[in-house]
Amino acid sequence: MPAAMGFFTDTTICIGCKACEVACKNWNQLPATHGGVGEMSGDSYDNTRKLDGTHWRHVKFIEQFDGPYNGRWLMMSDVCKHCVQAGCLEVCPTGAIIRTEYDTVVIQSDVCNGCRACIAACPFGVIDMNAAAGTAQKCTLCYDRMEVGLEPACSKACPTDSIQFGPITELRERATKRVAQLQAQGEKRARLYGDDPKGPLGGLNSFYLLVDKPEVYGLPKTPKLPSRNLKPSGTFAAATGAVVGLLAIVGLRKRRMDEIGEGGGGKGSQN
Amino acid sequence: MPDTFFTASPHWTWFIIPYFFVGGIAGGAYFLAALLQWFGRPEDRPVIRTGYSLAFWGAIISGALLTLDLGKPFRFWHMLFQSENFPNLMFKSWSPISFGAWAILLFGACAAVSWYGKGGALLAKLVAGLGGLLGFFVAGYTGVLLSVTNRPIWADSPWLGALFLASGASTGAAALALFASGSGASERSIRWLTSFDSQALVVELILLIVFVASLGAVAKVWLGFWGLVLLVGVVGAGILWPLRLHFKPAAASAGFHNPALMVLLGGFLLRTVVLLASNSIAAHHVASGGMP
Repeated sequence: MPAAMGFFTDTTICIGCKACEVACKNWNQLPATHGGVGEMSGDSYDNTRKLDGTHWRHVKFIEQFDGPYNGRWLMMSDVCKHCVQAGCLEVCPTGAIIRTEYDTVVIQSDVCNGCRACIAACPFGVIDMNAAAGTAQKCTLCYDRMEVGLEPACSKACPTDSIQFGPITELRERATKRVAQLQAQGEKRARLYGDDPKGPLGGLNSFYLLVDKPEVYGLPKTPKLPSRNLKPSGTFAAATGAVVGLLAIVGLRKRRMDEIGEGGGGKGSQN
Repeated sequence: MPDTFFTASPHWTWFIIPYFFVGGIAGGAYFLAALLQWFGRPEDRPVIRTGYSLAFWGAIISGALLTLDLGKPFRFWHMLFQSENFPNLMFKSWSPISFGAWAILLFGACAAVSWYGKGGALLAKLVAGLGGLLGFFVAGYTGVLLSVTNRPIWADSPWLGALFLASGASTGAAALALFASGSGASERSIRWLTSFDSQALVVELILLIVFVASLGAVAKVWLGFWGLVLLVGVVGAGILWPLRLHFKPAAASAGFHNPALMVLLGGFLLRTVVLLASNSIAAHHVASGGMP
């Protein structure tokens, strides 16, 4: 069994070049939006805007400015988190979403029927439909490349090593050292997101080094599994069914009593 | 910002909204018809037949809508069988869409048997009993399905399944009252349906209030267009107005004064509002992250 593999993304050294986005599109033969005539976002240099079925990598450009000169850019190459406990895999009704031998999460496009349950289940908004395929799609962590010993296209193309690929245990050690280094240099806000196997979703096999709160990067503070609602929601629905059913039966009983009271009686139940 | 606001919309819209509505009616109508078959009287027969007819056609329409909504409609059977290991069954008890697909199939089968109406009385009652339970399941699981996601509104409350089930009961009774009147149903049968519908509407109203209250800070999303539709369309026109018409039958007539029609309108609007209000909340786009 191979070791669990994943990404460690150090956002402090991302320069927003988008080489990862291009490499991902190129390797996975993902189509351009609107035939290559993309729309400008109008509020940012980021025109990709979000992850979806044809953008499996997305470099976020987060502006933190007070006036034209005082501020900073936060840049973060976002991707599927390959959660150890994956919401998408949990709800997928066709079995199209699987966990691979590398502990990554992959959608098998030839099995998916495009019901889109996984899109609503993902706590990070990673998955969306690929209109050309008619199926839900996302990063595969380049499963096909890993099978032949190659590293994923995005991390291979990253010129600053902001995206690092490798066995998760090694990446966690490297990430912890990097946080300590940044803290020692005075960047006290440096923190890891998704590195803790005892944390939310059992840890993320694509985890991040951030220098602000997760929400600032568009990441949920405490990502959760969709199944957390199954038991309470099912119980309340069943209880309501019992109450409504009882009301109907009591109504029938009352009708029968009224009939007897009126002296009708009748011949009892039908059949 | 709540964690659910960082997620993406599944684009469940104009196939799924009518499915939720039709599935609720079919499930509720079958449940009531099955109750009448078990505990009713011979004069209820037209209502029972109408209920099975609504359930049968409702199940067919539901299956068609669900299939058409898929990105790959011809792969609808992947929900039921393992496509790479046919004919091994595909079933995940913890996935609402998975067990819902099986429930609709079995519900449709029961509805077909009951609608066909042949066979012994005991068998018919057993099928009606099973189908009735599946009917309530079909009416309610759609709400559970929405809660078992990570989307705003849906995953922020565990009460949607209960609310949709109550709405399935009220719209099922309304549809029965509407269609059975023209099928020779007795006044006594219709009176029972109307009386039950009033009770179901009160349960629905209570659950709707509990649902909105359970959203906590997320309830702020109703301060807008969809909140207005919820208040005026669902609560006002779809629950309070038909309740008034039920208690003052003299005021009831056609159109807006037909309580059954208004209950159906309210049931449709409830599903429209719940789906589209959440869909309208797009994944949080990060452009400005405030000051460091």
